[in-house]
Order: sequence, then C-alpha cells, then structure tokens
Amino acid sequence: MVRVAVGVKRVIDYAVKIRVKPDGSGVVKDSVKHSMNPFCEIAVEEAVRLKEKKIAKEIVAFTIGPKQCSETLRTALAMGCDRGVHVNVPQLDALTPLQISKMSAKIAETEAADLLIMGKLAIDGDYGQTAAMTAAILDWPQATNLYSLQHNGDNATVEREIDGGLETNEIKTPAVLSVDLRINQPRYATLPNIMKAKKKKVKALKPADLGVDVAPTLTVVKIAEPPTREAGEIVEDVDALIGKLKDAGRI
Amino acid sequence: MFPLLKIRYYDVSLKLVAVTYDKDRHEIHFGGKQQRLPRKRQTTSASERKRTDSLDAFDDIKPKSEVTTNDLKARLLKRMRERKEGKASRSRSPSPKKPFGESSSSGGFGKLKDSAEKADEKTKKPETSLDRLKRRLQARKRKEKNPDADGNESDLESIAQSETSILAMLRSVRKGAKYQRALSASSPIFPGSGLNEDQLVWQDAAQKWGAAELGPFSAEWDAKCHYPIDVIKSSAEQGFLGLYTSEDVGGMGLSRLETSIVVEALSEHCVPTTAMMTIHNMVSWMIDVNGTPEQREEYCPRLTSGEIIGSYCLTEPGSGSDASALATTCVRDGDDYVLNGSKCFISGAGVHDLYAVMVRTDPATKGPKGISCVLIPKDTPGLSFGADETKMGWKSHPTKVLIMENCRVPVSNLLGVEGKGFNIAMSGLNGGRVNIASCSLGGAQKAMLAAKEHLGVRKAFGKTLDSQQYLQYKMAELATQLVTSRLMVRHAAAAIDQKDPAAASLCAMAKLHATDNCSEVANGCLQMFGGYGYLKDYPCEQIVRDLRVHSILEGANEVMRLIISRQLLSE
Repeated sequence: MVRVAVGVKRVIDYAVKIRVKPDGSGVVKDSVKHSMNPFCEIAVEEAVRLKEKKIAKEIVAFTIGPKQCSETLRTALAMGCDRGVHVNVPQLDALTPLQISKMSAKIAETEAADLLIMGKLAIDGDYGQTAAMTAAILDWPQATNLYSLQHNGDNATVEREIDGGLETNEIKTPAVLSVDLRINQPRYATLPNIMKAKKKKVKALKPADLGVDVAPTLTVVKIAEPPTREAGEIVEDVDALIGKLKDAGRI
Repeated sequence: MFPLLKIRYYDVSLKLVAVTYDKDRHEIHFGGKQQRLPRKRQTTSASERKRTDSLDAFDDIKPKSEVTTNDLKARLLKRMRERKEGKASRSRSPSPKKPFGESSSSGGFGKLKDSAEKADEKTKKPETSLDRLKRRLQARKRKEKNPDADGNESDLESIAQSETSILAMLRSVRKGAKYQRALSASSPIFPGSGLNEDQLVWQDAAQKWGAAELGPFSAEWDAKCHYPIDVIKSSAEQGFLGLYTSEDVGGMGLSRLETSIVVEALSEHCVPTTAMMTIHNMVSWMIDVNGTPEQREEYCPRLTSGEIIGSYCLTEPGSGSDASALATTCVRDGDDYVLNGSKCFISGAGVHDLYAVMVRTDPATKGPKGISCVLIPKDTPGLSFGADETKMGWKSHPTKVLIMENCRVPVSNLLGVEGKGFNIAMSGLNGGRVNIASCSLGGAQKAMLAAKEHLGVRKAFGKTLDSQQYLQYKMAELATQLVTSRLMVRHAAAAIDQKDPAAASLCAMAKLHATDNCSEVANGCLQMFGGYGYLKDYPCEQIVRDLRVHSILEGANEVMRLIISRQLLSE
C-alpha cells in the first residue's frame, strides 16, 4: 500500500472577476474570495479514490502559503486526506515554481511518500511547471496531464492527454503525477466530513526547515489586462485577405 | 451514387442548379441539359464503394426507400447553401425522412445499399435528442466547472458540439445559474460578513452544493411542478437533513445560527426545495427533543439519513392563525388512538413518509391545553390525501389536504405528553420561523446579484443603468433592507441558541421583518429588469412568487405582530 502526498494551492476563486491593480503591480487580492485550485481539488479526489480502492494507506495534503491556507488544507482534509502539512510563507506571489518544487520534493521525502499527486497547473500562475520540476529534483519518473490512473500497488498504468489524443504509459512508483481536468469529478466536502476534519493533525513548517531559500528571484515588471478586442474587417475575396495579411507583416 | 460524384466536382462553385432525376431512364438533367449517366452500377468496385462511404457530403444519402426528385433537389440546394454559409459539417445521422431513392431496377444499387448500410451500422447509432441533451449538459458542467481551462480538448465530440454547449450555457446564464459570481468581502451584501472561520467553511460548502445540485434546476422544477425528492434525499449525506438534530441520532448538531447560515446559502439557489428541507429539519428536531428514547431511535436516524422525510401538520381548513382552535379529534381506544379530521396546506403531503400532526385529545378543553402531537406514518389505514393545490409559488412541492377517517395509530406514536402538543408545536415553530426567514434572505440575495449584474449591462439613454442616480439609490435601499433582515435573523437564531427568554418574540420579529423586506427586495429587483423581469427567462419572477408565501406561512405576519406586542406590552 502506498502513501500519497497531495499538493494543494490556495488561489483566487475561479468564479471571481479578476481586477488588475491601478498601478499595474498585481491583481486585486484583498477581500477577494479564495478557494482551492480546481486542479488541486481533482488531485485530492484522485488520491481519495486510491484510498477507497485500498491502494493508498495514507494521504498527506500539503500546502505552501500564508496562514489563510489552513482553510484550503481543511477542505482537503474534509475531502478525505488524513493529515496535513502547512509550510508558512507570508508572500506566496514572490515564489517561483522552482522554489515550490524544491519544497514539495523535500516534503515528499520527509513524509516518505510513494506517490506525489498534484494538479497540472494553478489557475493564477498558469505555469504548469511544478510537477515536472519536482520529479526532476526527486529524480522520480513523472506522468503529467493525466486522463486516467490505474495503480496496482507497484506500478501504474496512466493515460495522458496530449495534443494528438491520449497516450498510455506504464510508470513505476515512486512517481510524480499531475492530473488534468477530465480524470474525475471532485466530491463535495460534506458537512459531517468538515467537522471530522477539525480533529485531523496539521504540521506547521517553515521554508528554512526544508532548507529552501525563499528570497524572490523573479520581479514582476507589469501586469495589465489583455487588450480589448477590436472590430474585425470583412474582406471581399481571398486575394484581398492575402494582401491585408502581407501588409500587416503576418506572412 | 456514382453519378452524384460528378455533381460534386463539377458544381463546386455553388451555383443554384436545377437538377432533375429521371428515374426511368436513370438520367440526371442539369439545368435542362441532358446528361446520360454511365451504366456502371453493376460493377461498383470495392474501392469505389469505400470512397463513397467515406465522403461526408453523402452522409444521409442512404438507399433505403423511395425519394422524390424534389427531395433530392431540395437536399442538394440546402447542402450548397450550408457550405456557402460555412456551417460545421453535420454529423452522420441518417434522417429517415429524406433517404436516397432506390430505383426499382437496381441490381447494382442493391449491392451498394447493403455495403453502405453495413458500414453505417458499424459506425454510429442515430443520435437521439436525449444523447444531444446529455452532451450539452456535460459540456455545460465542464464549462461551469472550469471556464478558464483551455485543456487539451481530446474530446473531439465536444469541440464539434461546442456551438450547442455555448448556447446552452448562455441560456442558463439568463436563467440565473451564473449570477453566483463570487462576491468580494468588501461588498455590503456579502453574506459572510461577521462570520468566523468555521461558519464561513459551512457557508461555502452549502453554497457549492446548492450551486451544483439546486441552482441549475430550480426554474425547471418550478415550470414542471416537479418535486425533486431524490435531490432532497441525496442532501442527507451532506448533512442537510438534520442540521440542528443531535449527533447521536445522525444529525449535525449545529447551532441555530449556523443552521441559518447554511439555509441562507442553500436557498440562494432554490427557495422551495430549501424550505422543504427546513420543514423536514423541524420535524426531525421535534422528535429528537420531545421523543422517548424508543421514538428517537426509531425515527430520527431514518429522518436524518433521508430514508424517510417528515411533514408538519397544524393548519386546518377551519383554523389557521387561530391554531389553538384546531378540531381534529383524537380518541383513545385501547392501545390505539383514533383520529378524525383534516389538515390543509400540508407541504409534501402524499410523498412524505412521516406526518407530525397536532390533534385535540381532550375535547372538553378548548384551546391549547387540549392539544397533543401524534406521529402518523404515510401508509396508516384511514389516512388519505386530497388533490394537489395549484399555487402561485413553491410550485415544485405537492401541497395537499390530509384527511384522517378513523385513522388508527398506536399510543406509542404520541410525541411528548398529552396536552403538551401545542407547546411542542410552538417551540418547533420558533426555529421554523428563523428557517423561513433565512430562506427569504437567500432568495433576496439571488435577486440582488441578478439585478446588480443587469444594471451593469443594460443601457438606456446612452449609458448603463448603474449610472442612473435613482437606480443607484434604489439599490442602496434594497441592499439595506436585505442586510438588516439578515442581521435580525442571525440575532434571533443566536437568541434561541443562548436560550434567551425573549427568543420567541425575537424570532417573530425576524420572521416579520425578513419576509416582508425580502419580498420587497425581490420585487424591487424585478422592476430593475424592466419588461425582462416579467419573463420566466429571468430569475426574479420566480423569486417574487416563491417569497410571497413566506409572509403567510409558519405564522402569518399579523400573528407575528400579535406575539411581539403581547410580549412587549406585558412587561
């Protein structure tokens, strides 16, 4: 039976209308609703399903971020994880995927996890790098953008979503997996489970405990809204279209 | 089949061409010109048949039965028009009304037909409307779940049908499914203001479940008068059927304040269904608090798990507000009670499994002291139901008359003690009033969000409506009405939790204030929509109809004034 570690991230709720700050330094986050990254919910659901199939014996949910991330961790616990790890980092925006990957790798090692499941990307950063980087740091095999997962205790047969369709792979554990949208439909955190989750243990850590330096290595120069869509132009025939494209320097 | 190949290649410039097919001579005439077709039908080689089978243009041309020349002409013209307009290629669904003609003299055609049909059977069944609906719902669910994910659209079907799913989504937007954009905490009508972390988590859980299970279907249930008993039963695993029932019988053991928060979050998505769940909760609590250990063990776990659903029966045709004048008789006969009488306006009657009925056990005592509460299961002989009432709102519920004709129940079904029934009923109603008031809050919140979005979109006199000062001030007034109602309801709920001696009149105040004000809020929001607010396509008219009854049931607002003034002026 494997032990699964699941990474969850607290992001701005997907239903919120995002607004850019007037000075272009970032996005308005104060008093805006946050919740668990949808892909992380799917990752937790996949881990919980492994536990229900008696393939996983324990699920450890971990999150990196400020103290409000404890809500996200509680949701993960309410969905079925057994215990949590919270790495307290006051400024999550300043971290890069590389630093997150280093921390995730360390947590996977200390918790003696056999599988590390994550969402394929987070809807605020949209990097999609963390899972692959973590696998590289751990020197574990990786399978990203999963469409389905079948684990038989030692190996896993996975289907990945690629541009051409679905690719089936076999992967040995320990491994890093990142899930895509269609692998499952996450369950609701029911009220009874939320109450039970209050009793589950959560370990608090600092980045220094994991030996990772969280000094910012990236500077955000500017954040702006995408340009508003302009009116299009209807051309008479194919020649006019080619002419216009040539004028615009596109071809 | 082969002749039509010629049409495709020669007439690709999409002119309108008069085409006639001379069946007897097996000729096609283009624009009057005759063209003899090669007699190759007998020897259609495998490669030709294969090519024909794979051509998209001949999807629904299957040699199945007769077709007239006009049909053929019409179909070709339609296809040319579609290609001109650049529509997506149609799916391979054979339309039984327009098949390709089979000439009576078809030797070779017969061969061709067999192979074409065989190939078609292998590929796809005709798509029914049910399949299309399923696909649209799946696409909509996927879109609602994660509208920003471009994802790897390996689901090619969904890409091809993306038109229909976007239309379905737009339709659901107009029906209000998308108005639940996450409100920021800086909004004055943010329902989470003043709540602690635990309460926010419960509110969030209820919001998520309601948005997925209730919201998209509320309008449909109202239009079809469909009672979603299966959804109500499925809410049991979320804990919504025993919110303030004790944990040892399967309830959640939440406080009344937390219950009010959960109910408010749920009713934002569907008011009638949530109201029904609160009535069930009330019955479950009544048995939990007043029942003997045997009764608690027999009924409460089944109520909280959704195995049985409860109804509350107090009102009679002859006594509504004057509840203590109820006339249903209950006579002891050996080890049974025999009940005679009727109850009216019972929500869930006929469908629900357990009825908590207030009856008069002591005919000599007029008034509250002669009343007791008896639990009657649905299939008790002597218990029958009237016809469904046609109502203004709460249309998804069945509301019927309950008729008891020598209805026998064992004495062990008595809840509490004889003569204490009215107290049980009234103590249940305190919480019931907070619940109904919370349902009003949710409905008003949905209306406010819808109106707010509309004002930002609709233009008049050159600018959007939300730059008109009157409407801005009107929205401020409505928001104030909503928030004061919310505060009153939560205060009353907290008063019950703290066993405040003024709890009964505070609950009456909360019910009076919230139901009236939230109805005004819903009505005001409907007005913001203008003519569109009157249409069933938009959410406000259903909210107005559903909230109207909240000022009437669980104690009419006039009776609430009676309760408040009595307590106020007796001090």
